[in-house]
Order: sequence, then structure tokens, then C-alpha cells
Amino acid sequence: MTTPVLSVRGMTVEIPTRRGVLRPVDNVSFDIAEGEILGVVGESGAGKSMTGNAVIGLLDPPARIVSGEVLLKGEAVHTAKGEKLRRIRGKRMGMIFQDPLTSLNPLLTVGEQLSETILEHLPVSQSEAEKRAIAALDEVGIPAAAQRIDSYPHEFSGGMRQRVVIALALCAEPDLVIADEPTTALDVSVQAQIIALLKRLCRDKGVAVMLVTHDMGVIAEAADRVAVMYAGRMAELGPVREVLTRARHPYTAGLMGSTPLASQGQKRLRQIPGAMPRLEHLPDGCAFHPRCDRAEARCRQNPAPDLTACEGRAACWFPLPAQSEKEEVSA
Amino acid sequence: MLAYIIRRVGQSILVLLFTGLVAFSMFSFVGDPIDNMLGQERTQADVERLRTELGLDRPFVVQYYKFLEQAVQGNFGLSYRQGRPVGEILLERAPATLELAFVSGLLALVGGIGLGIFTAIRRQGWAANVIMTVSLIGVSLPTFLIGILLIYLFSVELGWLPSFGRGEVTQIGGWSTGFLTASGLKALILPAITLGLYQMTLIMRLVRTEMLEVLRMDYIRFARARGIRERAINFRHALKNTLVPVITITGLQLGSIIAFAIITETVFQWPGVGLLFINAIQFVDIPVMAAYLMMISVMFVGINLIVDMLYFAIDPRLRVDRTAGGH
Amino acid sequence: MAETDMPSDAPIRPPSRIKRAWESDLAWSFRHTPVAMISAFVVTLLVLAALLAPLIAPHNPFDPATLNLMNGFTPPGEANAFTGDSFLMGTDDQGRDVFSTILYGMRISLFVGFSAVLLALVIGVVLGLLAGYLGGWTETIIMRVADVQLTFPAILVAMLIFGIAKGITPPEYRDQMAIWVLILAIGLSDWVQFARVVRGATLVEKSREYVQAARLIGRSPFSIMIRHILPNVLNPVLVIATISLALAIIAEATLSFLGVGAPPTKPSLGTLIRIGQEFMFSGEWWILFFPALTLLALALSINLLGDWLRDALNPKLR
Repeated sequence: MTTPVLSVRGMTVEIPTRRGVLRPVDNVSFDIAEGEILGVVGESGAGKSMTGNAVIGLLDPPARIVSGEVLLKGEAVHTAKGEKLRRIRGKRMGMIFQDPLTSLNPLLTVGEQLSETILEHLPVSQSEAEKRAIAALDEVGIPAAAQRIDSYPHEFSGGMRQRVVIALALCAEPDLVIADEPTTALDVSVQAQIIALLKRLCRDKGVAVMLVTHDMGVIAEAADRVAVMYAGRMAELGPVREVLTRARHPYTAGLMGSTPLASQGQKRLRQIPGAMPRLEHLPDGCAFHPRCDRAEARCRQNPAPDLTACEGRAACWFPLPAQSEKEEVSA
Repeated sequence: MLAYIIRRVGQSILVLLFTGLVAFSMFSFVGDPIDNMLGQERTQADVERLRTELGLDRPFVVQYYKFLEQAVQGNFGLSYRQGRPVGEILLERAPATLELAFVSGLLALVGGIGLGIFTAIRRQGWAANVIMTVSLIGVSLPTFLIGILLIYLFSVELGWLPSFGRGEVTQIGGWSTGFLTASGLKALILPAITLGLYQMTLIMRLVRTEMLEVLRMDYIRFARARGIRERAINFRHALKNTLVPVITITGLQLGSIIAFAIITETVFQWPGVGLLFINAIQFVDIPVMAAYLMMISVMFVGINLIVDMLYFAIDPRLRVDRTAGGH
Repeated sequence: MAETDMPSDAPIRPPSRIKRAWESDLAWSFRHTPVAMISAFVVTLLVLAALLAPLIAPHNPFDPATLNLMNGFTPPGEANAFTGDSFLMGTDDQGRDVFSTILYGMRISLFVGFSAVLLALVIGVVLGLLAGYLGGWTETIIMRVADVQLTFPAILVAMLIFGIAKGITPPEYRDQMAIWVLILAIGLSDWVQFARVVRGATLVEKSREYVQAARLIGRSPFSIMIRHILPNVLNPVLVIATISLALAIIAEATLSFLGVGAPPTKPSLGTLIRIGQEFMFSGEWWILFFPALTLLALALSINLLGDWLRDALNPKLR
């Protein structure tokens, strides 16, 4: 088996505060292979964005990785600092942010921002960089790229700006792209286009993608595999088709029940009772047990088992059976 | 953009009309101008004649209009104290203040922006912390105390620099300059530092705050995530965005240098318009006060207009007409 | 802490008011910021010293009967060559005890500072509330005037107001009125900050549901502003007031130093520094040094306190 592009092993992120240490990411492990899209889902505050930021080394102090490792093609990057980290970012890992309105510098033309990034990482001349910048814009589907290169960000629409952001993330030909809610801030009509674009570009270039989103529709559309996070921990991890249709973790099942797309057969959307606990007030045992209808004494006392201990699918003491009754009913 | 400029000019004119009104009210209500001009020996006929001559029997609005008409021509009447035309006195004194303000402004701007960037980038470093602490003392230290402290150190104790006056000045046309002689330059050092230091502190703190704000922006994170060099992030991405808000306040700061010159000029007995103004207040010399007020407002309004124009040079969002209006 | 559902077997008594205040975020931050504690200590000490001046001061510098011209220019801590008296901070040219003049001078400085800020606060909050709540022409006029005034530095506005007021008062009352004129001048020069912040906050609060609801049930605009909007603008107003206090004290000292403030018969710290400056060249440094040091300590500690307060009340600014 070839080395995965990204391999995260037991990564834990902590934030010391005056009321104790918070752990927004707790012992998280996953791999992403070349050309593969891993979707990371969860409610807001589940730690999915924090996981993405930790991988690319963009945690805001005092948050920091306290244990575990992040390997990029087998090379440890979680220890990289300063110049070394800078050479990894952009060149080997790109990142796409949520809001295209704020992620482009308003005072520099898109061309300036693109060629700056290209010149930083690739051994090319200024004119070659400009040529590549135009090509990059062209590739993400911006019409008349050669003319638009001198435009400022505010002269583009939201969807077009997100295309520029994607071009920027990919222009130095990275191995991995972390897309943090890339469609959340966009109009619904544009979302599908952006997802399709992202999917096509990554397939063509063989880039591994970590797609962070709270939108199950986006996951179903784009991802190959999906990781479900809850309160900083990995709840379930598996191929997207299986997780979506035959969830093993009660939380995932609940999440599916509350998503229109995944529960087409049902008349009413089900919802998970309660809300995700805040990091300061995590319950003992499995963090999900107060909201779980399958919870028993064991769940209240012991933290949920490690993913690896449970066939690599669901971190749960009482996972749903492999062939769920639900599927039989709806089939 | 044209509409914007017209609106700004309109606002400026409004400010000038308002300060003109204040200046005019000073003439009309503070003390009786007839008393001031005629002195003790006067007849009722004199009073009546002067009343008509000055237009004091006309409606308020007409008087105000006359006042503005005269003011535009630089005519503010005679100083009660010196008996000379106020416009003439101001012109004579202006070069001293302008030269002082220019040097201090330069000092404040260069030092303030430089130190502001430094303290923002090296936020955790010890040097930045020392500078920030010292700057807080600087803000709490009244300008006149800084002046006294400098005089004590460099004039009284060390005897290096003069403690008062402009030194030797050279006349070039109507302009008397201290830039051309050694004693003129030496005399300029302490007042310029005194006047510039406080403004420099303010500009520095402002630049630092704005820069820290900008460094938290998404596009800075995105630039980091693309592996752009720290130097380019700080100076290409952050600084330019910092300048937009900084220019406004800095512009105002530079304007207030002219006003704060009053204090510095008093401490150093610098023969500029500020010293003239403070003497005018002490002796209730209304024409001088009014003229000074008008002069200062014209300067402030001018600076504000220039600041507005600078926005267009820096921020491309403003160059497009209404499309950027949503910002 | 308080948000978790605690088992409520035992009857829970709400913690006392003092305890709650002690455990509040503000107090926590205060206890963990040495600078804030030291500043608060210095401010308290100086304010107390000023308040208790008649009890503490060895001499009453305004009572000519206690003065002895022979005591003039006694250096601090040394015995006078003629009279043998000694003074903690020395004496000035007229034999006044510098320590006593500072205590009494600080009274005037603090009185002017507090009164001016209070004046500015009242004017600013009232105009800000009116502008924000009523809108329309009221708002336009108030904010236009504020804009124009903001174009000029406060100290210049204060000087102008002082000059005009001086012109209006008859010469024989000028010294008597000087303190009140100072308060008026500094207060009027500083209301804009308050008005702007209060107006902004009022605009936000006005659109909130609970204010709308209060309007619907027919509460008068006045009671809505007092009961609902005012409490929400207290934090920023407190921060501005603290910083304004330092600025007002500095402004007073500056005006007095320039000779357009407190008269020599009722000297504030600024007047004392003005007097002291004359003796700087002849070597009587203490007449200048101690008043200047006191002014610096006062302004600096209030500034530091204001700085801390601003950070503590706006955690996001960190």
C-alpha cells in the first residue's frame, strides 16, 4: 500500500484558559490518499475547522497541538516552524477559506496575489508567473482571464471570488488542499458549481482534499470517505456511501435523520434532542450520551472507545448493527 | 467619485461657515467693539457714526456676511493690543510656526509609523513591550512637561541647545526661515521634539492597533496559508490595509500639531502664531483670537480634504462609483 | 460554572453581592493585573491626600499668617539658614511649603478634572441618547456640531471657550470665576466622545425587540431611555470617563501652565509648575520637580487604569 498524502495520528489540540484546559480536538486520526476527498462533518464547534487549521499549522495561540502527529507524505509537519513551515504551506498544502469576501486582500489585484504566490514557491520568472496566473484563473473557469487578472477582488461576484481563492490555493501545485466550509458563504445556486469545480480539479491533478463542512449534501456530492466529528472526537469514519446509508454511530444516524437529502424516504425530519455540549462542560463518559437513545451505564462512565477498537467505523460502545433495520424499512 | 468630492467640499464649507459664525460672534458679543476702538473720549455722534460705518445697525445676517467678505480678504481689523492689522501680524508670525510644525510632523509621522509597525509585528518581544510602556508614559506626560524636561537636560544641565527663541533667521521674500543658519537649526531641535513626541506616540499606538486588527483578518490568514513570506505579509498585505484608517487620524493629528504648537511655543518662547494666540487670550484681544481661529480652521479643513483625496489613491474600492457602495 | 445544571438538593442561596462582585470577570482581571492594582493604589492615595489636605498639610499655603518670607528657597529636607525650619519638599520663593501647595494644588486639579468630566459626561450622554433615540433633525444637528468640534483638538476648543468666557466676565471677577470657567471650557471641549458612543449604542438598542415591546406597551420615550438603553451604554461610558479624566487633568494643567487657567492665588498643579519653571535656571529645582512629578503620577496612573479597564471590558480587543 502506498503512503497516504496526509496521515494524522492521534492528534490532540488544547487551549489553556483561565477556567481550565479546553480540548477542541481530541485524539483524532485519519488518512487521505492521493486524489481522494475526505469529508469532515459535524455541528459547529465539533472541532472540524480546528482540525483543518491544526494540520496546516494555522492554530491561533494559545491553541496548540499537544500530542499526536501530522505526516505529509510520511514527513512530519506538525513540528515544522518558521521558514520550513512557510515552504510547506502553499507549496505542499493549500487552504481554502469559508468566506471569499474576506479571504482576498482588497487592495491587491487578483493577479498580484496569484503571481506573488507562484513566485514564492516555484522557480519561475516574473513573466512566466503572470502567464501561470492567467492559466490558473482560466482553469477555475473565470472568463476572459487575461483581462480579469488586473481586477481587484471587489470587482468579482461571490462565486467568482471563491474560484479565485481556489486558484490561489492550487496555483503552487500542492499535494493536499484543506477546504474549510468552501461553499457555506455562497448562494445555493453557486454552491454546486464550486463543489464540482473543486472535485474536477483535484481529480485531474491528483490532489488530496480535506473537505470540512457541516453540509451533508456537499459531502454526498463530493467526498469519497467521510469522517464525522462530535465534541472534538472522531465519531465515525468510513466510505461515504456506507456512512450515509448505513450509519453505525447513533450520532451519525441522528445527523442523517435531520438532513433532508439523506432521509428522502421519511415523512418528517427527525432531530437529535438537545445540543452539543460546550467544551467547558463536557459530560463524563461518552460526550454524546446525554443525547443518545442507546446510552447505558457504560456510556456514562467510560469515554467512547477508540475508533480503531471498533472495526474502524464507529467510536461507540453500542454501535448500530451493520445492517440497520432502518435501511430494511426504507428500502 | 465626483459626487463624493463635491459632498466633502460642501461639508468643508459648512465647517468654515460655522467657525466663521463663532469668530463673528466673538466680535459681536464679547466686549463692545465700539468701546474697544474709540476709547474713553468719545461723543454720542462718534458712536453713531462708527456704528453705521461698521454696519452694526444692520441685521445680523448682513453683518455676518460682511464679516465673511472681509475675512476672505484676510481683513480682521486691528489688534486691540498692538494696534496693527491682525492679518499682517499673523503673516509675520506664520513662518515660525509652520517650520516648527513641519519638522515635528515629519518626526511624528516617520517615527510613529515605524514604531507602530515594529510593535505590532514584534508584539510579544521585549523591545515592543518597553516601547509600549514608555509610550503610555508619553501619552500621560503633558507636552509642556516634556518641553521643560528637555530644557532642563539639554539647556540647563548640558548647555548644548538654546532654551528659547528661534536663533538667527534669514529673510527670503516675506518668509523668515531658521533652516539656513546653524543657530536656527539648533534652536529648532528641542521645540520640534517636544511638539512631535506626543503626536508620534499617538500615531504609533494607532498604527499598532490598526495593524494588529488587520493581521487578524482572513486574507492575512489566507496569505499565511499560501506560504507568503512574513515580510511580504507585514509590509505588502497588512501595511497597505492599515494605512487606510491610519491616514484619517494621522491627518487630523498633523492638523492638531498646529494647535499644540501653542503649548510648545509658550514653553520655548518661540515667536509663532501660537504664542500670539495665548497672549491674545490673556489680554482678551478678540480680533487676534478670531483671526487665529479662522486660520486654523482653513488649515484643518484643507488637511481633511487632502486626506480624503489620499483615500482614492490607496483604496481601489473607492475608485469605482456605486458598485462598491455595499462595503 | 454557573451554567451547568447543578443538583439542587440543598437550597441554593444566591451569593452575596460583594462575593459576586469579587468573583466577576472584572475583579478577576483586576486581581491578575499588577499594573491595574498599583495604579488604583496610587490614584486612591493621591485622591485621599488631596481630600484630606487640610489635615495632612503642615501649612496652609493660602494663609499669609503662617508664611515667613525668611523661609524662602529652603531646599527639601534641609534646615533653613535663618529660621532653622525644615520642609519635606522645600519651599518656594515666598516661603510656602511645596508639599502643602501640592496637596492643595491637587485638590484644585482633581476638582476641575472630575467636574469637567462629569459635565462632559452629562452633556454627551444626554445629547447622545437624544440623537440616537429621536433621530431626524435632532440627530443631524447634534452630530454635525460634534463633527465640527471634533475637527479641532479639545485643548484648542477649551482655550477658545476660556478666552471667550474671560471676555464676557468683568475683570474684577475673573480670578474668582477662573476655576468655573476652566471646568466649563474643558467639559464643553470633551463631550463629543461620550455623545458618539452613546448614540451608536442607542441606535443598536433601539432596534432590539425588548425596546420595541416597551414602546408598544406605551412606555414613554424618556423612561425607555433611562430604564433600557442607559444601562447598556454604561461600560463604554465608564471607559471613556476614566480616560477623559486623565485628559482633563492634563488639559487643566496645560491651560494653567500657559497662564490661561487657575490663577496664582488659587494654584493648581499646572500653576505650580508654571511658577516652578521660573526657578529652573537658578537651581531651585524642587519648586518645579515635585509638582511635575505629582502631575505625572496622577495622569499616568489614571491612564493606566483606563487602559486596563478598556481591555478588561472588551475581551475581544486582546
